[in-house]
Amino acid sequence: MDFILQPWAWYVAGPVIAIIMFLLFFYGERFGVSSNLETLCSIGGAGKFSNYFKIDWKQNKWNLMFVAGAITGGFIAANWLTINDTVALNPQTVKDLAEIGIKNAGATYLPDEIFSVETMISVKGFFILLVAGLMVGFGARWAGGCTSGHAITGLSNLEIPSLISVIGFFIGGLTMTWIILPLLF
Amino acid sequence: MKNIKFFLIGILFGIVMSKAEIISWYRIYEMFKFQSFHMYGIIGSAVLIGMVSMFLFRKKVVKTFEGNEIHIPPKKKGLYRNLLGGTLFGLGWALAGACPGPMFVLVGKEVVSILVVIFGATLGAFLYGLLKDKIPH
Repeated sequence: MDFILQPWAWYVAGPVIAIIMFLLFFYGERFGVSSNLETLCSIGGAGKFSNYFKIDWKQNKWNLMFVAGAITGGFIAANWLTINDTVALNPQTVKDLAEIGIKNAGATYLPDEIFSVETMISVKGFFILLVAGLMVGFGARWAGGCTSGHAITGLSNLEIPSLISVIGFFIGGLTMTWIILPLLF
Repeated sequence: MKNIKFFLIGILFGIVMSKAEIISWYRIYEMFKFQSFHMYGIIGSAVLIGMVSMFLFRKKVVKTFEGNEIHIPPKKKGLYRNLLGGTLFGLGWALAGACPGPMFVLVGKEVVSILVVIFGATLGAFLYGLLKDKIPH
């Protein structure tokens, strides 16, 4: 059982994700998490503001169940399947992060400089979390998918729109990581 | 409850996202700094095995559990949509260190601040719905 409690290697995680995608197709659906954001808008009454949200959200119930499972899985993993919260990062990454103001990189899963409750209730910290979310949500719906829909499913299916989207993911991700993040902290 | 199977698949998803540290902000940073193979190995191996699945679906070797052929609805075409939407998504992904799946998994890890990110992401999807006729696709 010890191997379950240790961090899982890429060659375990990648195939498990492929199995998840396979199972979703086998059960007649398509892997894609960001469409749930739209479903949440529809449930919240966004159809009053735009026809885009006038959908029969009940047909997406399966995906909401998937999300409920993901939350539950996160809880199970954090409470019963993890003995150590450290992340074994490249020492160079730890050094680079210290230089831009993020200390103790890898001591836990997330940096306090972005995710601690104290940061969240500060004006700047709240704004960073909110804007990060806004860009993910707006960008994913504009592109028509996120990592699960485009990078995993779309690339597997050799779809050109997904390849272009993934190139976009990297243009944005590299710009943020190399140019914007060093200015933020 | 025919949806219970999706709940169970979701649990597996939440566990693998957590155990392989895909929900760690640092792993995303490390990926965009090209300082680790971890995330590339995960996405790359998932896509390679995924290609085999797609081939089996297309050749009708594998059908749904109800015996129907599996048709994969294609993604919408459009250079602006994919490139600009993708770039905006990438900016958010690298800042939040989480894409939509991991965001929800982090709720299970009891990270309170991720709720602000999820609220932002839902608001972002809402704003897209309002503005979609005014932006290029």
